Amino acid sequence: MTFDGSRYVSNAVKALPPSGIRKFFDLAAQMENVISLGVGEPDFITPWHIIESSFYSAERGHTSYTSNLGLLELRQAISDYLEAKHGVGYDPTNEVLVTTGVSEALDVAIRTLVSPGDEVIVIEPCYVSYKACVLLAGGTPVIVDTHVDNGFRVTAEDIASRLSDRTKAIVLSYPNNPTGAVMDCATLQRIAELAKERDLIVISDEIYSELTYEGTHTCIAALPGMRERTVLLNGFSKAYAMTGWRIGYACGNKHIIGGMMKIHQYTMLCAPIIAQKAAIEALRYGEEAKQRMVAEYDQRRRFIVERLNAIGLTCFEPTGAFYAFPSIAASGMTSEEFCNELLREQSVAVVPGNAFGACGEGFVRCSYAASLQEISEAVTRMERFLADHAR
Amino acid sequence: MREDILRILDENDQVDPATIATMLGATEDEVRATIAELEKSKAIVKYHALVNWEKVNDDLVQALIDVKVSPQRDVGFDQIAERIYRFPEVKSVYLMSGAYDLSVAVQGKSLKDVASFVATKLATLDHVLSTTTHFILRKYKEEGVILDDKAELKRLVVSP
Ligand SMILES: Cc1ncc(COP(=O)(O)O)c(C=O)c1O
Repeated sequence: MTFDGSRYVSNAVKALPPSGIRKFFDLAAQMENVISLGVGEPDFITPWHIIESSFYSAERGHTSYTSNLGLLELRQAISDYLEAKHGVGYDPTNEVLVTTGVSEALDVAIRTLVSPGDEVIVIEPCYVSYKACVLLAGGTPVIVDTHVDNGFRVTAEDIASRLSDRTKAIVLSYPNNPTGAVMDCATLQRIAELAKERDLIVISDEIYSELTYEGTHTCIAALPGMRERTVLLNGFSKAYAMTGWRIGYACGNKHIIGGMMKIHQYTMLCAPIIAQKAAIEALRYGEEAKQRMVAEYDQRRRFIVERLNAIGLTCFEPTGAFYAFPSIAASGMTSEEFCNELLREQSVAVVPGNAFGACGEGFVRCSYAASLQEISEAVTRMERFLADHAR
Repeated sequence: MREDILRILDENDQVDPATIATMLGATEDEVRATIAELEKSKAIVKYHALVNWEKVNDDLVQALIDVKVSPQRDVGFDQIAERIYRFPEVKSVYLMSGAYDLSVAVQGKSLKDVASFVATKLATLDHVLSTTTHFILRKYKEEGVILDDKAELKRLVVSP
């Protein structure tokens, strides 16, 4: 009898839907010379001073475990940064947890908060992990759709209509992946009021907060009464082009952070010290390099949005993150058809909108974390593609 | 906007005014006018390709020459600098602080070529007191660009 490994995989894992991105990735990975606007990470490499400083401390022997919470120096720097930038500070001794990317922070936050049967509001389209983490924690994700007519912003009313006695938390993520939408302060205030009224926790993934191109980012934890109610997640991957270092953090009420720390100490022990050292350098001296990158994204953003609109892929104006999310209605195809055919015929990779939730159908995500030349060539090929398929 | 335009063109002078206008949220006319102004004021000196000559001609050599001169009354270093920078072999001339006065970059077809330029043209000029020639053996980085970037960076084609 042959050994059937699948029999041993838990039901919870079996039931987990595969990531829509994964399927598409496998297809794209087989092809050569693909121009990719499908990438969810910066095209810059980490600023050299950050690499150099981190490697220097490794060379001097800083290669050990750290406190479970992370280096105090880093927690202090994070707290100072949040205080200066958003006006919300945290006690570095018990309200800040350094994690292996926002990915880990998110998982640990949800496992800390969610008991089996609890409901968590997930606003789609969104980053692929939220729903999966809720499911793995035994919770029930309750999906709230957003739409282009409202700039892919959720409203307090949308959320209120999906609340039940079992709702424990809301996951918010603005600036948003995949839409590039940002949240306005007034709407955020109404959501904050709702959270207080209905006694909900807000898990706010603000990993793209530094990539805000018009106006300033409002951190929900900074709104009155929300500091205690918010688990604030942020990290270094996007703002400092540090995806490979795997470093992020969570801030919040000491009991919640304490709970998260419990899981973290058993499953991760601590974030890698080499990345923690890099993060300290980034917060201390990374401002200029960050601003240079943000300025470049902003220029490419204007360029891609105008070009997409010009070729008939109507695109609402994204003002955060590094994604444009055009409608592909002009093609008459589904998101997956569009992406598969575009890849096959023109060797251009973009990601189907429905990979980020059902309401992303009819859209594709185009990352502008790519060089101007790449963006320009990709859009030209998309134009050719549309012409070839015009009925 | 002027600085944004300069930064874009400094990075890549092939980007056309319409694209720059889109990137900066300005009109094409504004961008064209600003570029014209920058050209007129010589803030934009020249559009050129950054060539790595080592790739096409192994024999070309470049040297940096430290030149000590005696400054002249009324004109200081300007006149002697001009006498030097007028030579087409000279790629750049800087007035320096420190141990010598002028830093002169010279390009020639061969070592001998450069050596002979220094010996017959440069060192013999009036007011040149001494020269020290350093031949460049290899260029790693030029005008902010790493010339032989070995690392071919590969991100995943698609990632969440
Ligand atoms: C919205 C969002 N949250 C979290 C992450 C994961 O970030 P990290 O690299 O910090 O794990 C990503 C990465 O794409 C993201 O887009």
